[in-house]
Amino acid sequence: MKDFKQARWNEPVIFELGRQGRRGFIVPKVEGLIKECVGDIGTLLPEKMVRKSSPELPELSEVEVVRHFTRLSQMNYCVDLGLYPLGSCTMKYNPKIDDLLAHQPSLTQLHPYQDEKTIQGILEILYVLGKWLAEITGTFEVSLQPAAGAHGELLGALIMRAFHKLNGGLSERTQLIVPDSAHGTNPASATMAGFDVVIVPSDKNGCININALREVVSGKTAGLMLTNPNTLGIFEENIEEIAEVIHEAGGLLYYDGANLNAILGKARPGDMGFDIVHINIHKTFGTPHGGGGPGAGPVGVSQQLESFLPIPRVVFDGIDYHLDYDKPHTIGKVKSFYGNIGVLLRAYAYILSLGSEGLKTAAEISVLNANYLLKKIAEIGAYDLPYDTERVRKHECVFSVKGLKQETGVTALNVSKRLLDYGIHAPTAYFPLIVEEALMIEPTESFKKEELDRFVEAMRRVAEEAKATPETVLKAPMNTAVTRLDEVKASHPKTMILSWKMHQKRKKASR
Amino acid sequence: MVRYSFKRLKDRFERIHISLVQNLAKAISHPYIPNSEFKTKQSMLKELRIENIDELYLDVPNQYRLKRRLDLPRTKSESEVKHHIESILKKNTTNQDMPVFLGAGCWPHYVPAVVENIIQRTELLTAYTPYQPEISQGVLQLLFEYQSLICELTGMDVANSSLYDWASALGEAARMANRLTGRQEILIPQIIHPERYATLTTYMEPVEIRAEKVKYEKDTGLFDLQSLEDKVSDKTAAVYVENPSYLGFIESQGEEIANVAHDHGALFIVGVDPISLGILKPPGDYGADIVIGEGQPLGNHMNFGGPLLGIFACSGEIAMIRQLPGRVIGMTTTQDGDNRGYCMVLQTREQHIRRHKATSNICSNESLCAAASAVYMALLGPSGLRDLGETITLRSHYAMKRLSEIEGITTPIFQSSHFKEFTVNFEERGVQEVHNKLLEHNVHGGKDISTEFPEFGRTGLYCVTETHSKKDIDNLAEALEEILKEGGV
Repeated sequence: MKDFKQARWNEPVIFELGRQGRRGFIVPKVEGLIKECVGDIGTLLPEKMVRKSSPELPELSEVEVVRHFTRLSQMNYCVDLGLYPLGSCTMKYNPKIDDLLAHQPSLTQLHPYQDEKTIQGILEILYVLGKWLAEITGTFEVSLQPAAGAHGELLGALIMRAFHKLNGGLSERTQLIVPDSAHGTNPASATMAGFDVVIVPSDKNGCININALREVVSGKTAGLMLTNPNTLGIFEENIEEIAEVIHEAGGLLYYDGANLNAILGKARPGDMGFDIVHINIHKTFGTPHGGGGPGAGPVGVSQQLESFLPIPRVVFDGIDYHLDYDKPHTIGKVKSFYGNIGVLLRAYAYILSLGSEGLKTAAEISVLNANYLLKKIAEIGAYDLPYDTERVRKHECVFSVKGLKQETGVTALNVSKRLLDYGIHAPTAYFPLIVEEALMIEPTESFKKEELDRFVEAMRRVAEEAKATPETVLKAPMNTAVTRLDEVKASHPKTMILSWKMHQKRKKASR
Repeated sequence: MVRYSFKRLKDRFERIHISLVQNLAKAISHPYIPNSEFKTKQSMLKELRIENIDELYLDVPNQYRLKRRLDLPRTKSESEVKHHIESILKKNTTNQDMPVFLGAGCWPHYVPAVVENIIQRTELLTAYTPYQPEISQGVLQLLFEYQSLICELTGMDVANSSLYDWASALGEAARMANRLTGRQEILIPQIIHPERYATLTTYMEPVEIRAEKVKYEKDTGLFDLQSLEDKVSDKTAAVYVENPSYLGFIESQGEEIANVAHDHGALFIVGVDPISLGILKPPGDYGADIVIGEGQPLGNHMNFGGPLLGIFACSGEIAMIRQLPGRVIGMTTTQDGDNRGYCMVLQTREQHIRRHKATSNICSNESLCAAASAVYMALLGPSGLRDLGETITLRSHYAMKRLSEIEGITTPIFQSSHFKEFTVNFEERGVQEVHNKLLEHNVHGGKDISTEFPEFGRTGLYCVTETHSKKDIDNLAEALEEILKEGGV
């Protein structure tokens, strides 16, 4: 395998750059007549609220700013550089046309409170996108308001709350059930929405233990949050029974859309009995993740829950599009305005580009790629495949480094770090929690077979190195911008530095 | 002899045609999906010892397998997509076509080319959350710099790397105050953005935190300190003010309010429009424990109201830091101690580690918007932000002066200092009616707040920034003059 070497710039913190008096931007001068008319700025502001000393920001020329941030960008891996097999993160290709369209002034320069006559274009896009997402998920109505997947989960849990409240059952229905294989956001969202979290274990096949589920379900059950296919990449084939158990108990079934990519055009959560579905736009519909966000987390619901969706809703009267605030049962708002429109526009473009056939192909190839990797990595013989080894996975698969660790001392973390040296981003490590030393691998549909083969080859190499020269793996990474970081020091109350100001204070104190 | 009717022939032909097209479509490799190319796909299927991909879906119960095509458009070429979307977006009228005097939580500000250029760099744009810090130093250092720049601007010690927006940041701040004090009540100004208030309510309701509205002084709009004294108690988790306020005036009693809050063991939370902080006193200087705000003005376009950027900063006590919601980036060194580096810190607060005990459920945030803000703050520097603050103040005051000269208009309705937004009262005429007429003059008025705050009469909230020229303001004044002279409909 060819060497990889990431750029390394030793770039100072921006506060260490620049020089007093340098300027990076010229603010337009105020017309002389304005000054004559309103007088001196000093007379316009209350004396006690005037900033006495300038904020201690660096003073840089435009050129320095560009160089600094360009250098930083070179020390960052991204999906346009190569495989990014983070499980449950669906790091697929982000089409360039979508970015281009999202930068049109006809979108970027729109104010959310403009008169409806002047925003018919964007309302049409949002209205149609909502319909498309409802069709894809098999739900009745979609809200585009949540800013991210977890935000959608919060909204979903709040809708459950509102539903039970309206039916007079909220005081009893205090529990939200979450499988032990769930994403961390599920229990966190449930708590934020005021529910107690009840964990249901997985069975030996990696699916929800249906008997255990029956035991925890009761009149206290508000609902169940489920990812399907689950975080092991396994389709919860008992979904019909699960839905029955929950619905019979008077609960609602929530679909965590993190893994929706696997079933686009193949199956729909709404058809499986899910009442509430969130969609991770930045995963399933190929919008760039921007180093952590923004995403978008639309929520679709069944007909009986439609009235609880946040306001406003985009409606169409056959001629014009409107924003409808008149929804008496609405949960209200989860954020200002209507959602992350810049992200949603990209999703519209993505769905339009792929169309129904293309979306289905995306799902199919993502599953093909995952099962191909599963077979090839299993053949290496160094990584264990927990749960049913014969069973097909969907969009992702989870291996365990437990065996290799026992044999060589090399952990999932070490394997991850060593992969970076080969210019491949590591899989999600140590998740799901039910797998020891887990490596969760999601290739998506966006990578060619040769690239998958190269990943398998890297996994093989790392396993060989773990046995022959474990030091190489334990010391990794060596080819990235920096070597292994001291993350313990970074989070220790006595040594942590969370801002430049804190850094300066610590420096002063140590002098 | 078999006789075919024309219709039957036609049907037959169509069936053949459809199946041909379908087969062809299956064989076409999609540009985004390399392994959809026929031979590659076949070789991978062969490797898995299966005939077709549907065999990978046999574990999906038959009744749930979708037997039809999704009712969506067919695959389109890039140029078709571009043309289609552009032609829809053309139906919008933007502030490039007409001056727009709207603010109220999302404001028109100039976004420098450098900011646009940097955040469109693919290395930043198409990266995931920096879970592997060694290969993600670029984003990590950038976000550390964002946090640091926000600290300087707000006068706080610590900032997280972003929340969704100001409104959700307010919700998180109330919950953080509740966790820190164990108290269930937060005092907020009566003059608050209704959407921000609605979001706050959404975030508080499940944990039974109540918001009490503090009255304002009739003449100035400022916090009524007597009302504050009446309401504050040992049940108060926090006192919250906004600066500038929702209606644009500057709350000048920051210190007094902070003292009242602190005397009762409550936290003091301040919400800001950060673009004012080049000229206005930072909340850290008047006693804020938590500062939140909307970072959109710092280098982010309006985008019809999203994505926005939730600012969240606090003082440096460890108890505060432990309760922070959201991701935080820290500076550290490599394990060998030789080099500086950055990584996500205090992850034990967060959902992926702490699960149902996390300080918040937030995962994806608004990192790229935070990055844009960092570039923006670095570019403008202290003098740029000061100049900008002055420009905005002078222009908005010019607008107030111009409009107040018009018969039938009172602006602003409060005798207070204003920054970039101000109330415009039309006395006799309905705001919506005036605004409809303004549109005929190709000018977009401010936000109609007559129903939100009926006590202020027929009033609009106007916003003037550096993007509004003297000519734009003069045009607005002239149009209003004409409209109001015409008389009612």
